[in-house]
Amino acid sequence: MERSLYIEHLYKSYHNQPVLTDLCCQIPQGKVTAITAPSGSGKTTLIRILLGLEEPDYGVLNGFKNLKKSAVFQEDRLCENLTALANIRLTSISQNKSYLISAMEQIGLYDCWQKPVHELSGGMKRRIAILRALLADYDLLILDEPFKGLDPATKEIVIKDTKKRSMGKTILFVTHDELELSLMNPSQILTL
Amino acid sequence: MISTTNNNQSNQHLNIPFQIKPWAVFLWLAIWQIASQWIGEPILLVSPIMVIKRLFELILTSSFWYSILFSLSRIATGFFCGVLTGSLLAVLSYRYKYILELLTPLILITKTIPVASFIILVLIWVSSKNLSILISFIMVLPIIYTNVFSGIASTDKELLEMAQVFSLSSWKKIRYIYLSQILPFFQSACSLSLGLCWKAGIAAEVIGIPADSIGEKLYNAKIYIDTADLFAWTIVIIIISIFFEKLISTLLNLLVERLERIS
Repeated sequence: MERSLYIEHLYKSYHNQPVLTDLCCQIPQGKVTAITAPSGSGKTTLIRILLGLEEPDYGVLNGFKNLKKSAVFQEDRLCENLTALANIRLTSISQNKSYLISAMEQIGLYDCWQKPVHELSGGMKRRIAILRALLADYDLLILDEPFKGLDPATKEIVIKDTKKRSMGKTILFVTHDELELSLMNPSQILTL
Repeated sequence: MISTTNNNQSNQHLNIPFQIKPWAVFLWLAIWQIASQWIGEPILLVSPIMVIKRLFELILTSSFWYSILFSLSRIATGFFCGVLTGSLLAVLSYRYKYILELLTPLILITKTIPVASFIILVLIWVSSKNLSILISFIMVLPIIYTNVFSGIASTDKELLEMAQVFSLSSWKKIRYIYLSQILPFFQSACSLSLGLCWKAGIAAEVIGIPADSIGEKLYNAKIYIDTADLFAWTIVIIIISIFFEKLISTLLNLLVERLERIS
């Protein structure tokens, strides 16, 4: 029988403004679940709750407690003064330099491993943030509009790499983009 | 809280506008020479040539070097103790609100009380020999405390959330997130407090007159109206102060480089 994570009757409000109201859903483990919804519908709030960064007002998260989590946030959240490689090494299971450099090259990050992140372009930073999440030790990978800002060709390469590296892992993936949806090929799509 | 920096480029903005140009130095020396010749009374205004002559005479004496060692070791001790204590108290204040509340009045008072009041008060408690240690410490502590606290408080919350999600160890959080944010504030505080602790430390020695200190030499210069000595020792203080500041700033720059270029 397929194991799942459950979100049951989740409520969250800010200053008496409800953001999530009685949200219930099931996330199959080892598969990709996509979340699509218009802006302001509470996607980021849900993600923050699932990542343990916020507490819900009510509701139960079943199966999430002991999961090792990894994430790509809407923002890059990189240590700007550290090198690209140091940022990835910060969370990566493997500390092998040549392996990490080769992983960077597979998503088009050539000759930039020794550069401080603040010297890199927005697209490069985004890919480093994605790789940092993919190479970490995790059971649940949460991606909050991870490919935003990448050009279509790079996006395709990065999505292929993401799928390859996260095969068999539970992925929760927020997007508005039809191309991203089709390339990630989620097993279910949740609409908030 | 007042801080002396609020961004990562603090070093650059501190260094660029205050470069000493040789032509400006020579112009001021020329003005000084002309003024002393015009006055014609070395007691009122000694000429730069006489000061340099006196300086070379002093350099050849062992008491000159002993005085430098005496004052430098004490002021530097006060400085390093102030840096360590200020940083530690800033961390504790950030961690525990009641420590912050407890220290805030003390820090504000330390900042506003005139140095002279401190020196006279401290002279009652400690021997004049160690006076400059305590005065330098008192000068450095609030500056380091305030700046390090501001640095910690301004740490990027989003990076801290990232660290929480990826379950980064406390060591990694301190090393890669906090230190990176605090160091510009710390560098700026060190640069500011170094100048202050030298001035205050020497002033303390002039009032306390510990034997064989630079302060004692300045005091004697005043008593014997030896303007050449007074100027020569002042130049020595300036040179040591600049050297000490450059040394600390070079060490800090190396530390920052080492911390930020890990790969």
